[in-house]
Amino acid sequence: MIVSRRWLEALLGRSIDPREAAECLTLHAAAVDAVVPLHQELGDVLVARVVEVRKHPDADRLSLCLVDPGGGAPPVEVVCGAPNVQTGKVYPYAPVGAVLPGGLKLERKKIRGVESNGMLLSAKELGLGADHSGILELDTAAPPGTRFIDAVGIADHQIVIDVPPNRPDLLCHKGVARELAAVLGGTVKLPPIPGAGGAAPAGGDAALGGRRRAPSARDGVAARAAEPGAAAGPSGRVISGVVDGVDVRLEDPEGAPRYMIAVIRGVRVGPSPQWLADRLTSIGQRPINNVVDATNYILFELNQPLHAFDLARLRGPAVIVRRARPGEKIVTLDSVIRTLTADMTAICDAERPTIVAGVMGSAESEVSTETKDVVLECAYFQPTRIRRTRRALGVSSESSYRFERGIDMLGMPDAVRRAVELIVAVAGGEQREPVLDLWPEPQQERTIFLRPDRVTRLLGTAIERSETEQLLSAVGFFAAPKEARLAVQVPGWRPDVTREVDLVEEVARLKGYDAFPDELRPYRPGTVPDAPEEQARARVRDRLVRAGFLEARTLSLGPPDGPETVAIRNPLSAEEAHLRRRLLPGLIRRVEFNWSNRNRDIRLFEVGTVFRVPGGERGAGSGSLPEEWTSVAGVLTGARRPPHWSEGAKVPDMDIWDLKYHFELAAAVAAPGSLVQPVTEGGGGWAAVQQDGEVVGWAGPLEADAPPWAAPLFGFEVRLSMIERSPVAYRALSVRPPVERDLALVLPPGVTAGQVSDVLRRAVGPLLERVQVFDEYRGPEIPPGHRSVAWHCTYRDPVRTLREADVVALEKRGLAALEDELGVRRREV
Amino acid sequence: MRDLLAALAELRERLKEIPQADERRLPDLKTEILGRKAGALTRILARVPKLDPASRKEVGAAANALKREFEAALNARERELKHAATSVSSLDLTMPGRTSWRGGLHLVTQVVDEICEIFHELGFTRAVGPEIETERNNFFALNFPNDHPALDAQDSFYLDGDLLLRTHTSPVQIRTLERYRPPIRVVIPGLAYRRDPFDASHSPVFEQIEGLAVDEGITFVDFKATLAAFARRFFTPDTQVRFRPSYFPFTEPSAEMDVQCQICRGAGCPTCKQTGWMEILGSGMVHPAVLENTGVDSERYSGFAWGMGPARIAMSRHGIPDIRLLYESDVRFLAQFAEGAR
Repeated sequence: MIVSRRWLEALLGRSIDPREAAECLTLHAAAVDAVVPLHQELGDVLVARVVEVRKHPDADRLSLCLVDPGGGAPPVEVVCGAPNVQTGKVYPYAPVGAVLPGGLKLERKKIRGVESNGMLLSAKELGLGADHSGILELDTAAPPGTRFIDAVGIADHQIVIDVPPNRPDLLCHKGVARELAAVLGGTVKLPPIPGAGGAAPAGGDAALGGRRRAPSARDGVAARAAEPGAAAGPSGRVISGVVDGVDVRLEDPEGAPRYMIAVIRGVRVGPSPQWLADRLTSIGQRPINNVVDATNYILFELNQPLHAFDLARLRGPAVIVRRARPGEKIVTLDSVIRTLTADMTAICDAERPTIVAGVMGSAESEVSTETKDVVLECAYFQPTRIRRTRRALGVSSESSYRFERGIDMLGMPDAVRRAVELIVAVAGGEQREPVLDLWPEPQQERTIFLRPDRVTRLLGTAIERSETEQLLSAVGFFAAPKEARLAVQVPGWRPDVTREVDLVEEVARLKGYDAFPDELRPYRPGTVPDAPEEQARARVRDRLVRAGFLEARTLSLGPPDGPETVAIRNPLSAEEAHLRRRLLPGLIRRVEFNWSNRNRDIRLFEVGTVFRVPGGERGAGSGSLPEEWTSVAGVLTGARRPPHWSEGAKVPDMDIWDLKYHFELAAAVAAPGSLVQPVTEGGGGWAAVQQDGEVVGWAGPLEADAPPWAAPLFGFEVRLSMIERSPVAYRALSVRPPVERDLALVLPPGVTAGQVSDVLRRAVGPLLERVQVFDEYRGPEIPPGHRSVAWHCTYRDPVRTLREADVVALEKRGLAALEDELGVRRREV
Repeated sequence: MRDLLAALAELRERLKEIPQADERRLPDLKTEILGRKAGALTRILARVPKLDPASRKEVGAAANALKREFEAALNARERELKHAATSVSSLDLTMPGRTSWRGGLHLVTQVVDEICEIFHELGFTRAVGPEIETERNNFFALNFPNDHPALDAQDSFYLDGDLLLRTHTSPVQIRTLERYRPPIRVVIPGLAYRRDPFDASHSPVFEQIEGLAVDEGITFVDFKATLAAFARRFFTPDTQVRFRPSYFPFTEPSAEMDVQCQICRGAGCPTCKQTGWMEILGSGMVHPAVLENTGVDSERYSGFAWGMGPARIAMSRHGIPDIRLLYESDVRFLAQFAEGAR
């Protein structure tokens, strides 16, 4: 919402500092995003009087003007090409050295042989409009030499307010002024309309900044429903009437709980007077014509959207408010054909829709230069109805924005009265009959009971009841004591205030949040245990960081990855239309990104959420809910360690054995109790398998779009278990010496090292403390297909010292079992 | 015999050469004195058996004593030279040390951990919840009115039915209130999703840290004090904090907390758009409707809640201009923020 400083000043009857106003709004009402000074670029332009006009000696269409620049300086000669320059008149004048909008700096130069000392300016040259047919004639009493922006009153500031969706009252100047008056002091009074014959300001809501009278439902409400021709509906509710020959019927009171129509006959549609056009341009609105500008003025002054349409274009003439019929079409103002549905409210004439209620009118019914008689609509449309319509049609307007947030239903009579007054003042015409007010179920101001001790109890600081009353009444609430409580009447412009706590917020914000202390007071510890998920994630992150991995965070949206991928119904793009089922594909993309940045040594891991629909996408509709869990994945490629000068330049690249180490490490932390086993499917690699057979992880070589200089890429992924490794039980450290023996074995085809270790351990028993592979060899001394694998074995007895004979016996036992079970023999040297 | 004793005395003088000998001279010196064939002392010792028994004893003892002295001196010098060759002071200590790959937590993880740790010290434990949520938990239990403009800022990704990707971590407030009895003090880290295209300042997936405290007698003062204490711990002890009105359907009163801009210290700069303040978190007193929706007595209990974006906080604290840098995972970027990195 953009508000104009000058406009606010007119409502407050005093000048305000825009920075101070912005600070006040930010700290008490809604954040101000920016304060933008307007027309500062015209600071060099002065008001000057033309004292003599002569013909240019060498050019028919140019004149040579003698200009009084003010400030006691002698008149200067200015060459001017405008046909409308006249002696004695006052114009904007840019002296030599002035900088004009667009950054042009004016220099003294000769035009057709005559030196020109500056320039008289058109509206277009000032950036104030499109008119370039002549220089801008000023109607000002300011003496020559006055700054142009001061003389014509366009120096202004835009205050840009970030209005939250619950505060529709801040979407107009009156509402913003009300907040400023409450905090800075002062009262809000609608300024008289220029040319409205000195009539008192319309409406009975003067002095809004001060204490209000207790309102009643009838107070200040326009004449309604008792007019001749008004009809009552079946339930006795007034649903139709006639105003100045126009038949008005409210057939959809749910969509339009209150609906008012005024008729003004004999208007002359044309450009707005300057003051009105200036008001609208100051907040970035484009003036259109006097009638439309008048309705827009009321919109931005009082937050009441109005719609003016041409009576001559109304068949009937009738205005019918009803639900649209499915498939009904309307060409809206923006020349788009829109199809309506039965969920929308349409404003129709006797034949067809002319307005999508609260959203946009039709091109056909719009006020034009030919319009003589105007039908003025002032309505309250149901907010959620407007919101759905606006979304369904994909179109929004200043009006729909406000209806959606809720306008002041009780303030409508004042708004429509002021609008009529304004239209008559700027476009002429006459209102022959009072406004018709269709309001089948009149409402009163809401009353909320406030317990003063509740205010203190929630805010933590004692607040006197009198202070509460004073703060609330400053923004238009009416508070009256009722037993131990306050009965607070909520003004119509505050639809957000519906319960006691909303009033507590009003008290807190008007007092100022900064007025409350921020001292830490004692608290009771909570009952919620620290989440095991977070602890598990922290453990695995910590482990992988210590292993030299860098943590990545990738987006969880991506392309489909198998039939169990969870699809997003309304994705941003086809590439991001699914939720990831695994982390590895995303990490591979990150490796490729790193390769494209010439990074060769990459070790990344991620701990993140993955998703799947059990049974696939087709099964999703039939009640199988998507599952999600935390996954841990790592990718590695490049040198095994950073090179060091003492060892030569080349360090070997990581290979499948580096992968196995890191996979086992990750699986031990992420899935305690799981075993890493070789698998052949999927190009080969390993799986992490839980005791119950569930596969919880995989590791292997990865396919990627790799540049020729890249090292092989490997990766692993493990489902994160929340189970913590059980506490480690101490095993006694033996004081007996170990006996170390190497064992070279010949393994026939198909026999694995894992099998050999298992058999050895089982056959020898616990006295075989450690068994570790240290070499593998294939060569001419070994039978084809066979290989020699060497183990380093450590024997130790915890209670006695092993003798050579003991170890030989143990080894023999192991060898016998190997030969027997696996056909493995000792290698003969 | 006299000549032999004189020769020994002369030879003894040569002991002084040993401490001066360098690694090239020392082996030669050893050979000259103790060489098996031509060593000066060896030759003297070879003549000892031919002497008369009385002289033999005297000369032999003297020669053997000198031999021991030479051996000791030579050994000592040898050790000295060897030590000098490997001593630290002889090396070019500017040569780089041996390294291993250094891992590191993502900057956002570091910030999340830091924030959770500060709240942990203020008595908050961590709670988490799923990223796929129901409309009820994500919106309606949090007092979002149906078809209300407040939903506009929460443009959601929908899955099947009424399931969606949570647009904030706030549904975990609902889950926590429904599962545990007050007193509740939790801090809730997690991911949230909104339909914002990925650009320099928006990511459709982003981290959030939510917080919730509910108990008897919790007031606006407790709320302000706790969050101000956090800000002063996270930034600097003298950091200025301000609270100003805001709107969230699930808090009332609602507030935005700003801290003094950490770049300009409040003087005004492009980062803070000349305001001198940085918006850090949205917050407020828990709306009684949220308590009622989760079966908590809103007359007896009150509380406060807040939510903040650790990625955004990280960006402003570390001067990162583009949010995409956080998720592109260039290892050079990640390594900048690794522990112990320079």
